Amino acid sequence: MRFQARVEVQLRPGIADPEGATIERALPALGFEGVVHVRAGRSFSFEVDAPDEVAARATATDLADRLLANPVIEESRLELELLGG
Amino acid sequence: MAPRVGVVVFPGTNCEHDVVQAVEGLGGRGELLWHGDSSIGAVDAVVLPGGFAHGDYLRPGALARFSPVMDAVTSFAREGGPVVGICNGFQVLTEAGLLPGALQKNGRLRFLCQPARLRVTSTRSVLTEGAEVGDELVIPINHFSGSYTCDEETLRRLRDGDRIVLRYLDNPNGSVDDIAGIANESGNVVGLMPHPERASHPLLGSEDGLVLLRSLLAAAGARATV
Repeated sequence: MRFQARVEVQLRPGIADPEGATIERALPALGFEGVVHVRAGRSFSFEVDAPDEVAARATATDLADRLLANPVIEESRLELELLGG
Repeated sequence: MAPRVGVVVFPGTNCEHDVVQAVEGLGGRGELLWHGDSSIGAVDAVVLPGGFAHGDYLRPGALARFSPVMDAVTSFAREGGPVVGICNGFQVLTEAGLLPGALQKNGRLRFLCQPARLRVTSTRSVLTEGAEVGDELVIPINHFSGSYTCDEETLRRLRDGDRIVLRYLDNPNGSVDDIAGIANESGNVVGLMPHPERASHPLLGSEDGLVLLRSLLAAAGARATV
């Protein structure tokens, strides 16, 4: 079975996010009012071949924890979807 | 025999020749080590120099830790061999788990390329044992992701273990506790954002990096004669 994985990586709450802060500071100049708490992050997508969803989730989570995110400062969120069918 | 300092070259490393030059100016022997090799040969110390290993893709240092040479560097470090990561090399050491914490984008998202005033705050490391606590050094920094970050427990352990070896006098990048350089528990692995090799000759405007590089060579020399 093949699964589509999407991993979103963001800085942990409480870790300073200069990128998000800079974006937020630019918003009033563009006419956006009332937009607060901007946090920057990145998203990765990949496909996983695995016998079932549990195994696919384990692989994707391991990959996210060991490479895509630095657990010292970042956390990740995984979305998984069965492809084809 | 002159102590042999291996200087690791990743694709995108760009300070390796500066480090070799500075080491040889002090009577050591610099040897370039390719990241794709799984051995570091018979060197007495290892430097991970500055640059953009693997293009800094994903995060600075994130991919470098998978280079074959890093297994050999890790074993060398675990056996007590002196290992120093400068700038990008510091980022590689944290990503590889040889030093705790992480280096985040600078506060206010500024790329900083300027002399930095530093204070030696511990001599319990291969890089600072020849200096004195309280020494003030001016050594250039050149980085975008140099803001040292760690959790409170790690910070407490760094402080209690006297492992914060260099601090900024005018914290330019937002590092926790003004940290410019730290060591591991036994002091043989050190990471720092400033570039001592760029403060190694009067023509460069400062020779303050020499006291650090001399310490490293002394540690390497002690190992060479064991």
